[in-house]
Amino acid sequence: MNDGARLRPMLPVIILVLLLALPLITLPVPVLFDGPINSPGNLQLLAAGFAFGIAALGYNLLFGYTGVLSFGHALFFGAGVYLPTIALREWGWALVPAVVFALAGGTLLAAAVGALSLRTHGVYFAMVTLAFAQAGYVLAGKNVGGLTGGEEGISLPFRQLPAWMVGVINTHNLYWLAVATLILVYLAALRLVTSPMGRVWQGIRENERRVELLGLRPYGFKLLAFVISGAFASVAGVVYLFLVGGANPRSVGADLTVALLLMVIIGGVGSLWGPIAGAVLYHYLNVRLTVWAASPAVADLPAIIGQPLRDPLFIFGLIFVLLVLFFPRGLAGALAGSRLQAVRRALGGRPRQLSQPGHIE
Amino acid sequence: MSTFVLLLMTGLALAAMYFLLAAGLSLIFGLMDVLNFAHGAFFTWGAYAAWWTIGLVSPGLVASTGAFLLAIVVATVVVGLMAAAVEAGLLRRLYNRHIYQVLVTLGIGLALSQLTSVIWQADARPFPQPAWLSATSTVLGATVPNNRFLLIGAAVVVLGGMLLFLRRTRYGLIVRAGSENRDMVRALGIDVDRAFTVVFALGGALAGLGGVFGAAYFGSINPNFGTVNLIFAFIVVVIGGLGSVTGSALAAVVIGLAQQFGNYYTTWAGDFVVVLLLAVVLLVRPGGLMGRTR
Repeated sequence: MNDGARLRPMLPVIILVLLLALPLITLPVPVLFDGPINSPGNLQLLAAGFAFGIAALGYNLLFGYTGVLSFGHALFFGAGVYLPTIALREWGWALVPAVVFALAGGTLLAAAVGALSLRTHGVYFAMVTLAFAQAGYVLAGKNVGGLTGGEEGISLPFRQLPAWMVGVINTHNLYWLAVATLILVYLAALRLVTSPMGRVWQGIRENERRVELLGLRPYGFKLLAFVISGAFASVAGVVYLFLVGGANPRSVGADLTVALLLMVIIGGVGSLWGPIAGAVLYHYLNVRLTVWAASPAVADLPAIIGQPLRDPLFIFGLIFVLLVLFFPRGLAGALAGSRLQAVRRALGGRPRQLSQPGHIE
Repeated sequence: MSTFVLLLMTGLALAAMYFLLAAGLSLIFGLMDVLNFAHGAFFTWGAYAAWWTIGLVSPGLVASTGAFLLAIVVATVVVGLMAAAVEAGLLRRLYNRHIYQVLVTLGIGLALSQLTSVIWQADARPFPQPAWLSATSTVLGATVPNNRFLLIGAAVVVLGGMLLFLRRTRYGLIVRAGSENRDMVRALGIDVDRAFTVVFALGGALAGLGGVFGAAYFGSINPNFGTVNLIFAFIVVVIGGLGSVTGSALAAVVIGLAQQFGNYYTTWAGDFVVVLLLAVVLLVRPGGLMGRTR
């Protein structure tokens, strides 16, 4: 038995302690981060990654565990971003009711959209959910009712927020908020996927008809997965809102849903920690690639290498294609399977059955 | 009256553009069961290939007619080849794993769209067209830009051509049979895989063609050009019934007109009505207007 094997069970605890202690560490990490690791900019970068992690974790409950591919998930994230901002700004609510309103609103919205959309299957389901989210995007982007501020979006009224949330010097508080929420959501998800309901979800992913033959109605279970994952997205939206200080239509757009899908695929379909890692990595690269591209080291590179680096989405597209082809289970899959298996997959063998998020039908 | 005619013609031109995108999507889905998310990128590439050709042959803000016609040919061929390469190089590896095929097209769409930004920067570019195309004609008192008529004409020709292709040619027969029962067609000794590549390339070529006309319609192009229109093309395909070309044509007209008239009266109603229409149609008639139910 080597040291690595003995350390393994300790790994989550070590990571947790490290994450919580991060704002107190002044160590600089050159190249990867600017300045000391606990600078407000770095903490915000990581915390926003955790917020996306919450959303990706929820999305994966639906896509990875239940085998339901939704293209409208940004709608519920957007509810978490927009509803509290509107309640605080326009109606002068206090913080706590505004947050409760956002979570309840996002969850109810998910229940309504899910109840209607789940009457369709497969591609049609993907399109109906896309349509609902697109309707939300139009409402937010075109400033219907004068509440959303249109393309520009709206910012949080900082005077109505408690002092500990406001200002760059308090970024570490928001960071802790993001980490704490992430831990709670992770534990809830862990509980869910190991519960009898979680087993049924995975059964639906593998073979919906068989679940039906066992006398269970897949519709109700899929709806619950949809609502819970929508609720997680709303939670993520609220956390994200406090970090960036405002709402804009990008938080409702189809691009965000695609980004969530990317995060889940990068991290690992059907894994709990994978999508969180995928989300942090995605957000980190999305921000840092443009920074690197502007650095003198890259500017001196020939255009054929330097130019693509300025376009994170181009890189993500390529990474995405390569992952789907060679590592359909993402980071989590690549680490869990032995190296041999990864090589075998790369050579064209089929991945293990478990790795597929079911036939979506 | 003149406003009505203008909105009608512009709405029909929009419908024509959606149809050019939707026809290929529908054809591909009908045979391969793959909803092609790279289609928007093909559309963008058609526009950029045309813009590049025109810039090479007749630089300036007004293109010569010859350059424009050449641009149409180049865009169609380039994007058709691009689609064939995507199908043969990537999608073929994932046959019978539809969800992964969809994900791959999503990634390809992202990368290909952004590639135009990598090569030609992200700024919008004015799209030069022949003077007679950007000029206007008076119809029933309305001043309508000529490119609207060209777009509508092109869509009608494509619709006719596709119906002929599907009903009168051997490949059309294979496509129709393959949509019904792929395994049976394969069992009869027909190379369905090659039909996949041909259909995917054909759909891509149509998207490329649509890109050229779309660029003329909007007058400028940018890297997100195709993706924005793709969502509406999806809506058209699904409302029309996946796999039905005439259904797509019908739905394109409904969507194009609804959007144009709606957005004229309020800035948002058109887009909003269109997406709600999709939800309503799917919930009432899950197979779309003219789709097969399964």
